[in-house]
Amino acid sequence: MAVRFLFDGEAVELASPDPTGTLLETLRGPLRRTGTKEGCAEGDCGACTVLVGEAQGERVQWRAVNACILFLPMVHGKAVMTVESLSAKGRLNPLQACMAVNGSSQCGFCTPGFVMSLHGRAIGALGSELPVADAIAGNLCRCTGYGPILEAGEAVSSLAQDDGAVAAGLAGLAGDAMASGVFEGRQWFVPRSSDELVEVLAEHPEARIVAGATDLGLWVTKGLRDLDCLVFIGDVADLKAIEETPEGVRIGAGVRYAEAHGALARLHPDLGELVRRIGGLQVRSSATVCGNIANGSPIGDGPPALIALGAELTLRSASGRRTIPLEDYFLDYGKQDRRAGEFVESVFVPRPSAGTLVHISKLSRRFDSDISAVLGAFALTVEAEAITAARIAFGGMAATPRRAAGCEAALVGQPFSEATIAAAAEALKGDFNPLSDVRGTAAYRIEAAAALLWRLWHRAQGTAVSVLDMEPC
Amino acid sequence: MATSAPLWPEAAMPPLPHDSAHLHVAGLARYVDDEPELPGTLHLAFGLSSEARARIVGIDLDAVRAFPGVVAVYTAADIPGENNVGPIAHDDRVLADGEVISHGQPVFLVAAETRLAARKAARLGKVTYAPLKAAITVEQARAAGQRLEADQRMARGDATSALAAAEHRLAGSLRIGAQDHFYLEGQIAHARPVEDGQVHVVSSSQHPSEVQHLVAHLLGKSSADVTVEVRRMGGAFGGKESQAALFAAAAALVVHHTGRPAKFRCDRDDDMIVTGKRHDFEVDYEAGHDAEGRLKAVKLRFGGRCGATMDLSPGINDRTMFHADNCYFLPEVEILSERLKTNTVSATAFRGFGGPQGMLAIERVCDAVAARLGLDPLDVRQRNLYGPGRDVTPYGMTIEDNIAPQIIARLRETSRYDARRQAIAAFNAGSPVLKKGIALTPVKFGISFTTTHLNQAGALVHVYADGSIQANHGGTEMGQGLHIKIAQIVADVFGVGVEAVRITATRTDKVPNTSATAASSGADLNGMAARRAAMAIRERMADFLAGVFGCAADEVRFTPEGVIAGEARLTFAEAARKAWLGRISLSSTGFYATPEIEYDRATHCGRPFYYFAYGAAVSEVVVDTLTGEHKVLAVDILHDVGRSLNPAIDRGQIEGGFVQGQGWLTTEVVEWDAKGRLLNHSPATYKVPTASDRPKRLTIDLWDGENVKPTIHRSKAVGEPPLMLANSVFCAISAAIAATAPDVRDLPKLDAPATPEAVLRAIAGLRG
Repeated sequence: MAVRFLFDGEAVELASPDPTGTLLETLRGPLRRTGTKEGCAEGDCGACTVLVGEAQGERVQWRAVNACILFLPMVHGKAVMTVESLSAKGRLNPLQACMAVNGSSQCGFCTPGFVMSLHGRAIGALGSELPVADAIAGNLCRCTGYGPILEAGEAVSSLAQDDGAVAAGLAGLAGDAMASGVFEGRQWFVPRSSDELVEVLAEHPEARIVAGATDLGLWVTKGLRDLDCLVFIGDVADLKAIEETPEGVRIGAGVRYAEAHGALARLHPDLGELVRRIGGLQVRSSATVCGNIANGSPIGDGPPALIALGAELTLRSASGRRTIPLEDYFLDYGKQDRRAGEFVESVFVPRPSAGTLVHISKLSRRFDSDISAVLGAFALTVEAEAITAARIAFGGMAATPRRAAGCEAALVGQPFSEATIAAAAEALKGDFNPLSDVRGTAAYRIEAAAALLWRLWHRAQGTAVSVLDMEPC
Repeated sequence: MATSAPLWPEAAMPPLPHDSAHLHVAGLARYVDDEPELPGTLHLAFGLSSEARARIVGIDLDAVRAFPGVVAVYTAADIPGENNVGPIAHDDRVLADGEVISHGQPVFLVAAETRLAARKAARLGKVTYAPLKAAITVEQARAAGQRLEADQRMARGDATSALAAAEHRLAGSLRIGAQDHFYLEGQIAHARPVEDGQVHVVSSSQHPSEVQHLVAHLLGKSSADVTVEVRRMGGAFGGKESQAALFAAAAALVVHHTGRPAKFRCDRDDDMIVTGKRHDFEVDYEAGHDAEGRLKAVKLRFGGRCGATMDLSPGINDRTMFHADNCYFLPEVEILSERLKTNTVSATAFRGFGGPQGMLAIERVCDAVAARLGLDPLDVRQRNLYGPGRDVTPYGMTIEDNIAPQIIARLRETSRYDARRQAIAAFNAGSPVLKKGIALTPVKFGISFTTTHLNQAGALVHVYADGSIQANHGGTEMGQGLHIKIAQIVADVFGVGVEAVRITATRTDKVPNTSATAASSGADLNGMAARRAAMAIRERMADFLAGVFGCAADEVRFTPEGVIAGEARLTFAEAARKAWLGRISLSSTGFYATPEIEYDRATHCGRPFYYFAYGAAVSEVVVDTLTGEHKVLAVDILHDVGRSLNPAIDRGQIEGGFVQGQGWLTTEVVEWDAKGRLLNHSPATYKVPTASDRPKRLTIDLWDGENVKPTIHRSKAVGEPPLMLANSVFCAISAAIAATAPDVRDLPKLDAPATPEAVLRAIAGLRG
């Protein structure tokens, strides 16, 4: 079965696509659109940024994504816009014209990616409410120092986008049936409903579930692996819901980080700030909250924060649903509590009560688009100056995201005081036996984890604790 | 500059943006990988060494050959000529021959129908090794006596005695980390066969002539049989000065054997593993000074991790020595430099070429003196500046253009350094967790290749009968705006608009025997050569037109209003057509060699530099003393580009260089494990600055003086010097750390880069 997508008003049909072939390869190869560049082939540099659009009723929701790790079935039934699309008539658009005269490009290799990120922001793509610097946090430039690019993003922050024709072109493009195919013996499916997904997984319990592919993509582009039997869940309509209630937020398995950003930020500002620092916008516009959980990475940023907040995970299969505390999902390194034929359906994050002190901190070498060395998430219930409950979870400290039992025990039942924090910080050192790796030594991780608890304390005293909030003298 | 498709008809460009900017933003600027491939093009990948140092016992490539799509697999035995891509010492193997000397060294080469097939097959090679003892670190190389060349010593007076006699003495050490170039366009070359055994190579290289010569030697051909072409690079920063040759050589080898076009586009991870980086250093210092902080004696030892082969390490480490004085007069001085041979990928050129490390070392000495005496480090710096009667460098060159004192004084005032330093002290007193720091550091960077013969350049200018102009020169465009500067220079000669000048790809068949576009010299050298070529044509036209219109040749003027010859006025196109009809040659080469420079490397004495480029920066940072995180809050830069050839381009170089230097000293970590494996080989683990790392406030002012030397339009080189302005960030972080222990009169032992972990270590060290 073919993959069809809309490209500058024309339907492109790939008759028998490799399910792990990337959009970037197709653009640069058969489509001869060489403006989109490969800088890293792992979604970290943004040189391959393109916009992908999906019909939402009359309008089209665009999102900036890294084409280098976007598998072809993931653009089925969608619209694709590249840098060449913006000046198709031989005339630069206002953003391009601004960047062409203000010094936004030097070597020019990263430039198309920046153009697309900023263009997306200007036409209301996913995440366009973010400041310019956040919209381009997933784009690396090694020449300019970014000043002119930031300036161009501010100067051209809104552009008209007439999506009528795109919406019309998208109508019916995906066809009526579930897309699927076989390429060199490797099967792939693009179900549109949970029920279809259940069926596919019942039939192919060994299938690999693909949501945003921001992690899995590297298995192909870097690991050079041939992946068998892929089920792409990006088009499963009933997994895309975000339900915000007074009790909390339920996030479906198809919800991307950028889509959930607002709801999570409304749960707690720290959670919003954490999401802002997960990948670049292109990654958050592909990667899902549940995918970040489901793959069981020890350094995923979502899980520790959600564990601290008491999140619950719902899994579904042909034999029904079950709901477990999120921390119970992570059994060991690379091992999760997900049975054959089962998929993560949603995660529910309770809204912290008014008396809960929530504090989430991510430590990495670079603030934006970096993987945590240590991520600490704290939810302390403080009543009458005493800590009555504590949920503390860390990422980067063990083979899985995990709670800090000793630290929690040292806090609960104690007055919320400097002495308690000191004791709990000491106890925390016994909770984990982290590795030394490329992001930090074990000794640093232990020290930094304790520092995050101290940061919570200082912050609660009204002391300035974030360098990001500071202004020059 | 001529734009065939008017993509931006407004075309109002007084600050003259990059000549390709309108193509960059449209995705229409072509890089090597963007050219359509010829049918039958093969794609290449290397099989890499898994060992840091070993004898190759056996190579079994059957599985590689059997992989679907593989056309050929080559080893060192298949190289017809010289198995070398080393720029100086002939010790850089294209493919390992008998032994491997660093992890990730190419051992065999796969050519396949697709890139994916080549990459997959390359992982199937079975190479058997007999491991040998490897030296990974500076200490290990030192202990094993592994050196690329003899230790070098640059000295004046008797530093040992002067140290002993000094009122105050201090000693310390500092590690300075390496840096990956992280050019956004990875290494790539595309070679295709031409008739009669010739090869045409399109390369992403700063040094097409060297690629040409190395490919010729590799294939046993003459240089005349090999043409190398470079339209543009997607970033280079020194990383494509010598390192690009490997990929060009591999592609040419495949062309030679198969007769098919071959393209080598290296994967990012492989690129970072296989190609060299900035040298990392271990620096030890001793200083003697008086009570006011004036340096009396300085001893510095630079232990440079040079990697497994010579590459450009001698010149790079020399430049470290040349810049260990920065702007300061060191009365009695000894600078020792060890060029340690380690079993890691050979370190290579990177913007600053060793200079940044030398400069950072002496800045830390100034900071150490200030800490010891409780003085403002800026006062210590100013007291030690070169000045009248104290104007000779450790290598015996008299400084004739010293503007560092004026630049620093002006920046101290315009940046409100003193008031802010007071405000920061007040802030720190009331802030238990966050501490701020401020630092002003200067830059004095020597301009010229220190290998004297490299200071030459050629150009070839054509005026066509329609008045359009093609300018070719030996420099390559890597984003630095060289081509627009050359176009402006040539346009000025003929009095035409810059749009009349088309700069073409750099090609070895147009301008031969060129030097690398490096050492910030591109515009200085090629600009002068291009101007001379253009002037030669203009003089011929003037002579001819003088005859036609009956005036003297010096009465023929080329102006924006046209060519004026006596009473006559012609458009430039009319003048060109008339000259063609009059059988006047409208094509000329131009050549330039930098005057005055000479240097004796045996004694490390002479005048290696034609002039110096200066600058200074003030950085204010805030450090989180709990976590070690920091943020650069404000940076004010005053930088000297002489009389700017193009202020827009120059400002771009200053800002970009600064931020790149900031990355080097803060977030960019290069580490090898005990087995010599590089740990940071992708952007997932190697962190260059992002947009939010740019200082919250960044001001850039250009110094308003001209070059005292008659360079092209009295301009100064700008490519490398601004990188070192970022030393101010490092020193400001150190100042913020020091604020955690205001009573300690010691310099925080902070190593570069100042990662959160390094900062916490330095804080802990201060607390003892």
